[in-house]
Amino acid sequence: MATDLQTAHQIDDTGIDLDDQTLLEMYWQMVRARRLDERVWILHRQGKIAFHISGIGHEGVQVGAAYAMRRGHDYASLYYRDLAFSLSLGLTPLDFMLAVFGKAGEPTSGSRQMPSHWSSRKLGMLSSSSPVATQVPQAAGAALACKLRGDDRVVIVTLGEGSTSEGDFYEGLNWAGVHQLPLVCLVQNNIYAISVPVHLQMAVPNVADRAPMFGIAGAIVDGNDVLASYCVMREAVERARSGQGATLVEAKTYRPVPHSSDDDDRTYRSRDEVEEWKKRDAILRFQVYLRERGLLDDDAIAEIEERVRQEVDEAHAAAEAAPYPPPEDTLFPVFAPDDRV
Amino acid sequence: MADRPITIREALSAALREEMQRDERVFIMGEEVGVWGGTYAVTRGFLDEFGEKRVRDTPIAEMVIAGAAVGAAMAGLRPVAEIMTINFAFLALDAIVNHAAKVRYMFNGQFTVPLVIRTTTGGGKQLGATHSHAPEVIFAHFPGLYVAVPGTAYDAKGMLKASIRDDNPVLFVEHSTMLQRRSPVPDDPDFLLPIGKSDVKRRGDDVTIVTFGKGLEWSTAAAETLAQDGIEAEIIDLRWLRPLDLEPVFESFKKTNRCVVVEESLPMFNVGAEVAARLQDELFDYMDAPVKRVAAMDVPLPYAAEIERMALPSPEKIVKAVKEVVGG
Repeated sequence: MATDLQTAHQIDDTGIDLDDQTLLEMYWQMVRARRLDERVWILHRQGKIAFHISGIGHEGVQVGAAYAMRRGHDYASLYYRDLAFSLSLGLTPLDFMLAVFGKAGEPTSGSRQMPSHWSSRKLGMLSSSSPVATQVPQAAGAALACKLRGDDRVVIVTLGEGSTSEGDFYEGLNWAGVHQLPLVCLVQNNIYAISVPVHLQMAVPNVADRAPMFGIAGAIVDGNDVLASYCVMREAVERARSGQGATLVEAKTYRPVPHSSDDDDRTYRSRDEVEEWKKRDAILRFQVYLRERGLLDDDAIAEIEERVRQEVDEAHAAAEAAPYPPPEDTLFPVFAPDDRV
Repeated sequence: MADRPITIREALSAALREEMQRDERVFIMGEEVGVWGGTYAVTRGFLDEFGEKRVRDTPIAEMVIAGAAVGAAMAGLRPVAEIMTINFAFLALDAIVNHAAKVRYMFNGQFTVPLVIRTTTGGGKQLGATHSHAPEVIFAHFPGLYVAVPGTAYDAKGMLKASIRDDNPVLFVEHSTMLQRRSPVPDDPDFLLPIGKSDVKRRGDDVTIVTFGKGLEWSTAAAETLAQDGIEAEIIDLRWLRPLDLEPVFESFKKTNRCVVVEESLPMFNVGAEVAARLQDELFDYMDAPVKRVAAMDVPLPYAAEIERMALPSPEKIVKAVKEVVGG
């Protein structure tokens, strides 16, 4: 275990083509998502918001994946843990705070949908849902649209390993294989479907082992290594863009917090296990790497933390002060075109 | 140009062909739609005419047929997806109900979902309980989704064309035993019928029969029998379960003061229940008799011909119900 952890602390930067500024920006994205997420947990425990579903622990794979896309051009069909992914695509902390408070002006749904159910036409984010894996068939359909139109967009769809038990996952990826679609399916394997451990979810060791049955490429990556995740996703995105079909990418990661604000993870796993995984935390590892490259020192880290804290504070304050949606929002907009008569 | 009598099958086919010629964003996908030309031969010849890019055979997987249609529609195309029977659409219920119907509202109008899911409905062909029910009403329960239930070739063409051009998702339900029914239909490529308008199919002063789909055929036969006994039925064909247009029903009821609702749905929580509730709400003072419902019997639809027929509505059952409300 000690050796594994030693190895796991490192970052694999083989083949990385990112400049120093981008590396620091990615670090900032990860820290910003983490601190925003932590603040929302506090708001929930204070009784100020109804619900939170967390992305803590997943920041490495999500930021790596987002930076591997052509952001704003490619489509992303995300799932509820993708806070860091969404922020990397252009969602703001204020946008997210408006969502958790259920306030007017929330840009993805006008607070009609639960928080963390990302959708933004502007940012290329399609839809996400509470019943899991429904985004996979939809992403396959969006990828089919890209292919039929002959544009060079790629669709990235994300889900947890728990969602891969759903029929939607199989139907969607089978479709992607049959139709040779420009799709990248990124499974963030955090080894729990709420409380159910991965060995009770599947009888194969890896989600990506299923790729051959769809006739698509498969890859496994350390999801707590932001740069390795970037590399594997970049390769998958380029494979899709160049007409070589879909890839199933499995990122091994961990969720060191409960599934959502409604469960207590102490009932289904040991504290020792959680503490071991925290040592492999994606932000810590990237921080060590950036220090070794001379891009970060104590002062720079403190400066980033302060900048993030301010942004989170401002977002929190603005959202808490914002008005609730007006009652007349209730019935609209169910039907196109504009049914607000 | 004079209207030409064609079958419902031909009307559907013409509607699809015209809309595909008109708008290259329209494409067809589903099981059997390509090489075989559709389970009910509606898309016969389409693969040759439009190519495999726009006429796509798919795996037998209803969830992804409907789910991918939602995704393709959100990404800017106008898919027409085919699911062999509405009884198999239960496998796609999440994509249809949780997404096609709700995406527009849930994400505050950012996305429209201009898709049509074509499917067939109904019993009478000895295909058993998981193949033969007519559960359209379930889908009409959910705001955000239109449900079309045409009963004539004229309506089928005009309604399908309007559905494909509309920006909302439409479940388009064709009765599997009526595809050979013939009626005059305009050739005009811009012949459209308005979405959510019911239609008076027969005039009469004695009773209002509210129906749709196969019910139209049963009700028309019943009306002919009733006329021999001097009872003139007015038949309102709803044509759409959502938007549900009850105005002509109310107008008719003010005159007849009596109503029978005829449908192939199961008897509980059906269109008849909705119509009866709305009539007592809107026109309580006009009621001279209870609203009667003629529907399928409350069983999974059986296979054997005799008992299948027994479980379904029929002109005889409608005549009986009408005589009860008109009083002897």
